[in-house]
Amino acid sequence: MYKYNDFDEGFVRERVAQFRAQVERRIDGSLTEDEFKPLRLMNGLYLQLHAYMLRVAIPYGTLNSGQMRQLAMIADKWDKGYGHFTTRQNIQFNWPKLADVPDILEALADVEMHALQTSGNTIRNVTADHFAGAAGDEIADPRPVAELVRQWSTDHPEFQFLPRKFKVAVTGSPNDRAVTKAHDIGLRMVRNDAGEPGFEVIVGGGLGRTPMIGKVIRGFLPQADLLPYLEAIVSVYNVLGRRDNKYKARIKITVAETGLDEFRARVDDRFEQIRGQFGGYDQSLLAEIEQAFAAPTFRDAGLDKYDTLRAANPAFRAWSDTNLSDHRAPGYAIVTVSIKAHGATPGDATSDQMRALADLAERFGHDELRISHEQNVILPHVHKSDLPAVYATLRDHGLATANVGLISDIIACPGMDYCALATARSIPIAQEIATRFDELKLEHEIGDLKIKISGCINACGHHHVGHIGILGLDRAGVENYQITLGGDHTETAAIGERAGPGFSADDIVPAIERLIDAYLNLRLDADETFIVAYRRLGLAPFKAALYPEKEAVHAA
Amino acid sequence: MSRRAFTPKVVTANALLEGDAVWLTKDDRWTRHMNEAELIEDEAVADDRLLFAIAQPDVVVGAYLVDAKSGENGPEPTHFREDFRTNGPSNYAHGKQVEGL
Repeated sequence: MYKYNDFDEGFVRERVAQFRAQVERRIDGSLTEDEFKPLRLMNGLYLQLHAYMLRVAIPYGTLNSGQMRQLAMIADKWDKGYGHFTTRQNIQFNWPKLADVPDILEALADVEMHALQTSGNTIRNVTADHFAGAAGDEIADPRPVAELVRQWSTDHPEFQFLPRKFKVAVTGSPNDRAVTKAHDIGLRMVRNDAGEPGFEVIVGGGLGRTPMIGKVIRGFLPQADLLPYLEAIVSVYNVLGRRDNKYKARIKITVAETGLDEFRARVDDRFEQIRGQFGGYDQSLLAEIEQAFAAPTFRDAGLDKYDTLRAANPAFRAWSDTNLSDHRAPGYAIVTVSIKAHGATPGDATSDQMRALADLAERFGHDELRISHEQNVILPHVHKSDLPAVYATLRDHGLATANVGLISDIIACPGMDYCALATARSIPIAQEIATRFDELKLEHEIGDLKIKISGCINACGHHHVGHIGILGLDRAGVENYQITLGGDHTETAAIGERAGPGFSADDIVPAIERLIDAYLNLRLDADETFIVAYRRLGLAPFKAALYPEKEAVHAA
Repeated sequence: MSRRAFTPKVVTANALLEGDAVWLTKDDRWTRHMNEAELIEDEAVADDRLLFAIAQPDVVVGAYLVDAKSGENGPEPTHFREDFRTNGPSNYAHGKQVEGL
């Protein structure tokens, strides 16, 4: 893992000291809220419905056990004993008191963490494939590049007051688990015909009010050109991006209004101007960073214990079927720990669970943990012979739910239970859907299905790219839930299609149930997943299932 | 264009130190209980009370006027968002529903 150097350490400590003084001045009345708000947002501190919320960055989703334990300590000491993992690989604390926040930031700095640029119109936490460095299908580990981008973007003097927030994601695998096409900039690590490493650069993706799939601005960018090219893109956006209208300020609108070709030409001009200024330092820095991400030493061991328990214990077998992914090293597995127990809040982990995960990482996982954008926790490097022990510990802590990739593995934003921007609640809808399908004992039969729920049009819950997306709105003072179908968050990214009028909070779960019944009746066989069936059949039969009354009226 | 008729309101905000939802009372205090708030029936009074609230940046943040109705024990919310603010989140027994401040 990357270790802070003296510069990183000094910089983060200095920012904590600055914020401490700013909080003091806010509390003693020297700073007004208008003066203070941009300062607190620069440090990830929001004011929500019931309390402040601190959003802490987990760069490219990577944590070690010491960091996870510190998050648990913060949850116990200054919050209510839990944290919420988000869709951008952050953790949010929902109940900090203003006067305690500098101490929390200091405790984060103690373990090389921070909340910088987790809010505001800056380049946000850089996200990456949560299977980075472990996935069997990976071309290269995206985290060194993500760390380079983090260092470049942190406190970048030109980019502290962008027209709007700016999100970058990196994947090193052709199977995109980082939703790169829904980011302001998505980077896909590729190799050219000569076998040299580089990037496919995707620009102008984003969800929110005007969802758009990113467009390829450069099919192959040599690795050495990455930072000057990124700087050129953000620089052109900084000039062209609209500051007159918050809803048109993201780069997706800039690219759409300017046209991709014209935007690309401007980026190329800017790139030529600034390319020389980098002088190769970025590449020597990258080489240094790469050292820090050297793969652990994998061991050889027999698989007897794993095979025996799989044969003997159906619960373990079910869990290993859904929650394990292929590792690049023989005998190893990637463990996805579901933070989606049926009926629980998606992405919420208690301090006890965080400590259990830290212990497992330390004991069985080369001291590494990952947070996925799907709000689960990953143990990326576990030898299969250790899985029986890992599973037993997970069970003891309510972390052994065998539902990864299934209907109850739902992404949900905090919604109106916490968020000041929300127009409806998300969490209770996720809880009810998960509970209902657990009661029906249907989820393994239903198979691969992504439900994603947002409590407002800003789409933190990624509803547009859910196979089934649910958007909570306020319709004349009542919570109302709109369904979109056919979204896709992967390398074949697609925006879901709106199914029709929304449903009340009471009617949304039965509506989802009708939809799933229709799918089970319509699919060719158990191997045809929901999204594949949807692509084959289109909206009509699913719409008919969602709105049976209307069909009856038309038929009459 | 005719102006929309004024509907009764309360002044609400978040406490600076805790971030907790608070309401302005008739005797110029900030209460954690909406039912102790001043229900304002007159538009000019409402504007005046809001200015009074905004002038206390060292106590509260983001003061605004919001619709309320008269209930058995005092003002009550008319919108679900304000209802949540008087209780806390629905996924845990946290916030006002258990604190009884």
